[in-house]
Amino acid sequence: MGAEKTRTTVVMDGEALGRAVTRIAHEIAEKNAGSLDDLIIVGIRARGDVLAKRIQVALNRRIEKQVPFGVLDITLYRDDVGSRAALPRSTDIPFSINGKIVVLIDDVLYTGRSVRAAMDALVDFGRPQGIQLVVLIDRGHRELPIKPDYVGKNIPTQPQANVKVELEETDGRDIVVVEEAA
Amino acid sequence: MGIIGAGSGVAPEKFESRLRSKDLLGIEELDAGEIQMILNTADSLKEVAHHPIKKVPALRGRTVVNLFYEPSTRTRTSFELAALRLSADVVNIDVPTSSVSKGETLLDTARTLEAMSVDVIVMRHASSGAPHSLARHLKSSVVNAGDGQHEHPTQALLDLYTVREKFGSVEGKTITLVGDILHSRVAHSNLFAFTKLGAKVRFCGPPTLVPSELSALGAEVYYDLKEALTGADIVYVLRLQFERHRMGFLPSVRGYVKEYGITPERIKWANPDALVMHPGPMNRGIEISHDAADSPQSVIVAQVANGIAIRMAVLYLLETSRMREGQ
Repeated sequence: MGAEKTRTTVVMDGEALGRAVTRIAHEIAEKNAGSLDDLIIVGIRARGDVLAKRIQVALNRRIEKQVPFGVLDITLYRDDVGSRAALPRSTDIPFSINGKIVVLIDDVLYTGRSVRAAMDALVDFGRPQGIQLVVLIDRGHRELPIKPDYVGKNIPTQPQANVKVELEETDGRDIVVVEEAA
Repeated sequence: MGIIGAGSGVAPEKFESRLRSKDLLGIEELDAGEIQMILNTADSLKEVAHHPIKKVPALRGRTVVNLFYEPSTRTRTSFELAALRLSADVVNIDVPTSSVSKGETLLDTARTLEAMSVDVIVMRHASSGAPHSLARHLKSSVVNAGDGQHEHPTQALLDLYTVREKFGSVEGKTITLVGDILHSRVAHSNLFAFTKLGAKVRFCGPPTLVPSELSALGAEVYYDLKEALTGADIVYVLRLQFERHRMGFLPSVRGYVKEYGITPERIKWANPDALVMHPGPMNRGIEISHDAADSPQSVIVAQVANGIAIRMAVLYLLETSRMREGQ
């Protein structure tokens, strides 16, 4: 980590994050009330999958059904393959998505390029009836025409700012912070 | 490791996700961390073969050339499928019909290919060190698909992968390679590969084909098959090349089969759950019996499937490492 001074602002604490997850699960259930049996939840690595798991649990409880759950790794579908220091990880979608409504879940929506890659990856798995997008944080600055269907929180940010999502399962605590140069 | 969300916009932190060299020439040049990185990447890429569309766009627009100076349908096809599943374009250079047979030097051939903006050259050659001299002169990545009696790194990597897949780990295992060790690039690469990941390597075969000096490289040398297999976790059968008999290394093929041919009875000398492996193509009834090749302990078919995943990982890592180097 560099020694430059950064200002850190907490934009979501654990409680707010938990409420956002519950609210999004309810919104998914309402919006798809007529086709609950066609729902599938897919989370984008890494952290979108963790959020997706939580949303699935909340949704299952709400609709009293077991919604299928999958994990998508988009490393091999990025438009900047190789420019990130990330090795590909496994994708696990152990069911057909043909004719289903895929609820795609990511932690932060920024340029929209990750979601573009995720949609390309999904389409290689079949032809869903529709794809809906959930993001915990929408920080703006889109570079592609992509719009979320469910948002935990809109946070206007500077383009240079860094939005950090930490989750209990991967980081030991639930918190969302924005880091900016002071 | 940092926790950078999708929307970070800051430079990713540096951690080990890059190969140090632009080329894969041999296992000798890799360290254990790089080997594990290749195996882990292969793990993620293997599943692509089970997707409804058996292809990912990662290497779209890259060109891979298979330059084979020795015939090899298996290895060439495996590299070709690996490149295709990553969406690279592939050109196979069929040496007997190319200008190579008109006397063009290796380096001229390579320079011609590079002038055509080739990104990766996968090369098999009868001379040890041929890919190394090519790699020194080119900006493209060179992958050694077998050079003379020197190395065959992707074979050793797929063997490691297969063992890791079956046993969970390579460390602490004992592998016995049986056959023509002296002339086998597979044996040499596997010696480096298994040693680097903490396994014990034994060589076994007739003294003309297993010189005792090989023990200086870190392997234990055996001439008695039963001793060599006792306590082994992996029985690795090498292909017997018949020209060795003509060249006087073997008094008779029948004698070899009697002493060193792998049969289900002899597999019982190894540990109960020992794996039986062979780099292919097999001479059934010579170095390995029909029943041994098809026994429940045989993972020879798994080796073939894993070969594609390993070669995908190598192509992917070489290309992405080279791109980041250039940044």
